[in-house]
Amino acid sequence: MNRRHLLQALGAAALGGGQIGRLYAAPTSGPRFLLVFLRGGYDSTNLLIPYSSSYYYEARPNIAVPRPDTASSTGALALDADWALAPAVRDTIGALYLQKQAAFVPFVGTEDLTRSHFETQDSIELGQPLSGSRNYRSGFLGRLADTLAGSRPAASIAFTDAMPLAFAGTSTVPNLSLKNVGKPAFDERQARILSDMYGGHHLEGAVTNGLELRHDVAQEFADEMRAANRDAINTKGFELEAERMAMLMRDKYRIGFIDVGGWDTHVGEGAAQGSLPTNLASLGRGLQTFSQTLGSAWQDTVVVVLSEFGRTFRENGNRGTDHGHGTVYWVLGGAIKGGVIAGEQQVVSRATLFQDRDYPVLNDYRGVLGGLFRSLWGMSSAQSAAVFPQRAPVDLKLV
Amino acid sequence: MSISAYARGSLTGLSACLLLVCSACATRTPTAAATGAPQVGGAPLPVLRREDVLWLERVTFGLDSTTVADYQRLGRERFLAAQLHAVDRPLPAPIAATIAAMEVTHIDSQATLADVAARNKALGALPEGADRELARKTLGDHGNELAYEAIRRDLLRAVYSESQLQEQMIWFWLNHFSVYQHKANVRWVIGDYEERAIRPHALGSFKDLVLATLEHPAMLQYLDNQQNAAGHVNENYARELMELHTLGVGGGYSQGDVQQLALVLTGVGINTGEPPRLKPELRPLYRRHGAFEFNPARHDFSAKILFGVPVRGQGFAEVENAVALIVAQPTCARFIARELATYFVSDNPPPALVARMARTFQQSNGDIAAVLHTLFTAREFDASLGGKFKDPMRFVVSSVRFAYDGRAISNVKPMLNWLNSLGEAPYGRQTPDGYPMTELNWASSGQLSRRFEIARAIGSGNAGLFDAEQGTTAGAAGFPQLSNRLYFEAVEPFLLAKTRDALGRANSQQEWNTFLLSSPEFSYE
Repeated sequence: MNRRHLLQALGAAALGGGQIGRLYAAPTSGPRFLLVFLRGGYDSTNLLIPYSSSYYYEARPNIAVPRPDTASSTGALALDADWALAPAVRDTIGALYLQKQAAFVPFVGTEDLTRSHFETQDSIELGQPLSGSRNYRSGFLGRLADTLAGSRPAASIAFTDAMPLAFAGTSTVPNLSLKNVGKPAFDERQARILSDMYGGHHLEGAVTNGLELRHDVAQEFADEMRAANRDAINTKGFELEAERMAMLMRDKYRIGFIDVGGWDTHVGEGAAQGSLPTNLASLGRGLQTFSQTLGSAWQDTVVVVLSEFGRTFRENGNRGTDHGHGTVYWVLGGAIKGGVIAGEQQVVSRATLFQDRDYPVLNDYRGVLGGLFRSLWGMSSAQSAAVFPQRAPVDLKLV
Repeated sequence: MSISAYARGSLTGLSACLLLVCSACATRTPTAAATGAPQVGGAPLPVLRREDVLWLERVTFGLDSTTVADYQRLGRERFLAAQLHAVDRPLPAPIAATIAAMEVTHIDSQATLADVAARNKALGALPEGADRELARKTLGDHGNELAYEAIRRDLLRAVYSESQLQEQMIWFWLNHFSVYQHKANVRWVIGDYEERAIRPHALGSFKDLVLATLEHPAMLQYLDNQQNAAGHVNENYARELMELHTLGVGGGYSQGDVQQLALVLTGVGINTGEPPRLKPELRPLYRRHGAFEFNPARHDFSAKILFGVPVRGQGFAEVENAVALIVAQPTCARFIARELATYFVSDNPPPALVARMARTFQQSNGDIAAVLHTLFTAREFDASLGGKFKDPMRFVVSSVRFAYDGRAISNVKPMLNWLNSLGEAPYGRQTPDGYPMTELNWASSGQLSRRFEIARAIGSGNAGLFDAEQGTTAGAAGFPQLSNRLYFEAVEPFLLAKTRDALGRANSQQEWNTFLLSSPEFSYE
């Protein structure tokens, strides 16, 4: 059964909301955006290393990454006179930076001072003003997709097992983890019966979308699976997911979301090597694969990597770091004006730490993301305000 | 006719009669005899109403015949009293025997962790090579086996215990005080955590529950407090103790309070070996039971201030005082009341109900059974019935309870696989917030299609539930007969038209089972 037949099979359900077709309206042009959420508060200070600050080396006697050395091709990569990139991503993200396809925004984050993972992740994904009560049914990617749907369809997807809060409020966005993709369990008749059973129920759209996407993705990757049996090189883990994400975003979707866990390094995070560098290396390889798999579509794609907060500037008693405040976002893309450290900045010293503990937030995440979205899609002020209410977009001139 | 021809064909003569009677009824006013309700001593039991079924589904992990009969015999009030107070009721003999034979039933954390340490030490002394690798693998396999036994025991109790509310509360608290089996040596002690820290207090005193988790090596390892010492402060546990376990974010504590509580908690850790050599003045302050240790030499004795209240440096008494201070906060009562109401009542629990539960919490010094009594007897609870989406644990356990109705399964691996696949692996939440309890988090398009696939796995065969745990002996073949008496008594009368229609389009009993387990009626309770 091809997709058209399945769509016809599910047609009865689709007619009700008129939403199902939009999911699969393969866009012909326009930008792509992928949000990569590092859950756990990654230690941005050991990713973008403030190597000109002697206080960095004082504050992290056991876990500081050594200063960049021009003679070394494996150590930290100096990006400018102040900042260096972690050795773990030197060959991947570092290479993109040198091609001006990567940029970093330090001192970025939220006004949320709870230093709670869950609270801060929620505030970011909701993207609402902190004052006032939260509407848990309205995430900023959901608002973005809805806002853009007016003029140009922005097919969206979450590459996750559960629906992220960022997409809350849009009943039409499907979710599916690409860790394992196999044959769908139900044939056309069974899928129709299941959809019919939920006819008129508030889960109807989700039921129908889920069955349809499962089928569609199995078909998309049938070739990949056939090839994998012969192919000696076998990508794994996040790289494999990233490759599949790229295939789907190249062909079908314009806005994507994925989260990656394992960043809450309270104990033994390592310096140039160790648990944090291992995670960073895997992430870097995955994003490099993503850019390569997109091919020419990488030119109109922007990826933002973010996390709920940074960590304490000083190492703690266990060679790890505790919850902090300001962090570093990554912006990647084939046609961005990269190779820069963007946004408001300040000297890194003990005196400039926030609450004598962590990085301050000089760049509000809503302004930064809002600015990127505005440039990417040429959004009107009304559209910008719909995505991030009460926060003007800030143009970092990256897009 | 509302039931598929296939299901009808699979019925016994008696049930077929009953089906004809029921489906002919436009309204639900059959006599007890006509519904085939179980009879005790010849007296007919009351007919189940829809609200009875929904009430039971919520208070338990799902319907089985024993629970239904209990409810019919006792009535709602006495049934609830028994669920709240008559805990640890005996399990069916084959299940009790299975649990009694498990290694995890006979060990404690102290001995286990001491053994792991000794074996790790012996391992380290071996030269690099095959022997060392084998020893390492043997040790790792043993840890995994113990964790699996703990999960197996949990699932068997969830399915078969008559103390259904107690088992739900154990799941609730294990999730509230969540630990992750794949960190450090946590997997070796999760069985002990459930049995000795959570189970005794699941319907008891909240303060005792907090202290029991605080002192348990599973929690001490998971949130790093075993490494929290004077001069090497780690505030991970201090923060989550307030944010996730007791007060909730916005519960009236500051970053300063987190740091002060972290100091209070310095020295609270694990020791499975010799006691430390202490200066004479510190010796009276040393505490130890099981693997838990309070080592005053690692404690920061400076004066602290928590919520504006001075805490004198005095050792472990600071911890006890701090916990007492925290659980006495009105925000703690409200937070716990709201968590319970979110799990048992609604994704958005009515504020008035939460307020009444919080008042009970405060008046009873955090008596969990008393708070739950307020909850289950509230009109808001009755009004909420049928509207709560089952999380994967409730879905999987209620499926097995319903499909096999008391028949003892011998292998829980299929259940574990289903939970893993649905994203709610036991002791598998990496972050300390526990699994979410609301529909928003479990009913996305991807999760629903996965759930239907699991419904198919449950409905289409025995899935290996009757295989031996060890080895490959295949047990009884076949698929469950979901169109059983329980179905006709408690499910069929209340099905919606669209579900009846879907069931009528099934081509086989397996497919019929799949549709029933996928239906909105089975997804909500």
